Amino acid sequence: MAEKRVYSAPGDEIEAKHPVLVGRYRGITRLNHWVTAACMIVLLISGFSFFHPSLFWMTGLFGGGQTTRWLHPIVGLVLVASFLMLFVQMWKLNLPRREDVEWSLKIGDMLKGDEDKLPELGKYNAGQKFVFWGMSALIAVLVTTGIMIWEEYFPHIVSIPVRRIAVAVHALAALGAILIFIVHVYAAIWTRGTIRAMTRGSVTGGWAFRHHRKWLRELAGRQRPDTSK
Amino acid sequence: MSERAPEPVTAAANPPIQPLPSNLLASDVIRASATAELPAPERQLTQVAKLIDVSKCIGCKACQSACIEWNDTHPDVEENVGVYENPHDLTPDMFTLMRFTEYENPKTNELEWLIRKDGCMHCADPGCLKACPAPGAIVQYSNGIVDFISDNCIGCGYCVTGCPFNIPRVSKTAHVSKKCTLCSDRVAVGQGPACAKACPTKAISFGTKESMIELAEERVEDLKSRGYDNAGLYDPQGVGGTHVMYVLHHADQPSLYAGLPDDPQISPVVRGWKGPAKTVGLAVAGLAAAGALLHGLFARANEVTPHDDEEAENLVDGAGHRGREA
Ligand code: HEM
Ligand code: SF4
Ligand code: SF4
Ligand code: SF4
Repeated sequence: MAEKRVYSAPGDEIEAKHPVLVGRYRGITRLNHWVTAACMIVLLISGFSFFHPSLFWMTGLFGGGQTTRWLHPIVGLVLVASFLMLFVQMWKLNLPRREDVEWSLKIGDMLKGDEDKLPELGKYNAGQKFVFWGMSALIAVLVTTGIMIWEEYFPHIVSIPVRRIAVAVHALAALGAILIFIVHVYAAIWTRGTIRAMTRGSVTGGWAFRHHRKWLRELAGRQRPDTSK
Repeated sequence: MSERAPEPVTAAANPPIQPLPSNLLASDVIRASATAELPAPERQLTQVAKLIDVSKCIGCKACQSACIEWNDTHPDVEENVGVYENPHDLTPDMFTLMRFTEYENPKTNELEWLIRKDGCMHCADPGCLKACPAPGAIVQYSNGIVDFISDNCIGCGYCVTGCPFNIPRVSKTAHVSKKCTLCSDRVAVGQGPACAKACPTKAISFGTKESMIELAEERVEDLKSRGYDNAGLYDPQGVGGTHVMYVLHHADQPSLYAGLPDDPQISPVVRGWKGPAKTVGLAVAGLAAAGALLHGLFARANEVTPHDDEEAENLVDGAGHRGREA
């Protein structure tokens, strides 16, 4: 019946036509996203409180240094589990495609507001893909090194010299994670109309047309005849 | 101030009978973990040191017992697995441990039993203190003692990562890091360390660092006269010198003694991790956040136009028609 999905994920569909509303994330995916986001914020705050003495006061937000030290790696594991579920849902549409190269080269036009000069895109642009793969890689590094420095449960899992490298890499990866986090949040806010994709689950037709036209086209083509009067 | 307890200068120093207030004050702290600025100390305490003469040690473990006794720790009773070390390693309840090495000296063809009292070295440049993220959990007094302040410790184990001698042990129950205090609580009231006082052969001495170096020189001379050509003092300069020193018969090969580091220093990895790069990293993250905020507030946002909405409707309708016709 409907054409095969290339640019969209199961559940993505045209929800209304006048005006157009497009379903982008199902409820379960949104919940999954916000659990991941909450974990990330807790991890950034708790982690960075150990990172630099000037930030140690932030341990007070969790009830003191001891609790923060205990909480951080546990929330880390929750994040990994939660992120993995997101990963499974999103990795395919985040695979790089030819148009991503051209889009990246012309990113200046987009910042200037000439988005029409850029190639048409599927569900994700190269920036979003960078955030996705960057975070995936950093979280993999953070959990690996995090377990190596987890004194409470894995004090002897690696030798002390390896542990020294692990803690330095963990701190570096955390810096990378906060930078990507900033890019991610900033892009979601700067590109007006994006946040509702993760709150209400849908975006306006204009938003989809402007930013992810191939995705919109595919969904439009997939409409069941009986949905239109 | 003359009312305070005197600074002890020998292992056997006994405190005066009358109660005197502690002579190791908060103002004597010259360095504290995760703390940049400390007020300049009002006075400089005499630098103290413990000297462990390995050549005199008989491995009786009286020092271990004295340490347990004084610090009121409760090391687990373990199984005998056929080695002399007891317990098997330093633990949060065992701040000092006799380590035994059987060494066949290739020059003399003799078996030597090398016994080293392991424990915190009280480094002048302590890696534990450098690594610790909790303000005031590790302090260094102007007499050279490096002390862990459990009330401020969060149990993260960074000190384990930072120490070049593998000394700190984090308690599984209290979740704080523990190690030899150099009996700071005894020194504060004019007494030498418990282990030094208990030692039956005077293998452990205590006094000013200067006098301990002098004593070591005498001992080294004596050892040399008895054929130990490489006898010497272990006061490793890689960590700025230590306030626990060894007299070794084979000072050219410290690692013979159950892996005592030949040239200990704070690992370059730890220095890098805790160095200026950290502040730079923090600044980069802060600037990125501030930049994003400013750009968000003042730059024109990427907004959907009415034209986009129209186009979307056309597209969806058009496709819908095609869908119907098909
Ligand atoms: C996005 C995720 C994460 C971020 C942003 C993050 C960030 C940080 C930061 C900045 C530090 C301080 C490093 C320093 O002192 O220089 C830290 C410490 C630590 N992290 Fe993470 N981390 C994350 C995930 C994890 C995970 C998944 C684990 C373990 C499974 C973990 C375990 C630890 C541990 C054990 C410490 C040492 C402090 C403690 O014991 O709580 N982290 N983290
Ligand atoms: S375990 Fe305690 S003393 Fe050791 S680094 Fe962490 S806070 Fe500092
Ligand atoms: S030996 Fe280790 S624990 Fe002791 S002062 Fe030196 S670095 Fe700290
Ligand atoms: S100086 Fe005190 S704490 Fe350190 S080993 Fe000797 S008795 Fe134990």
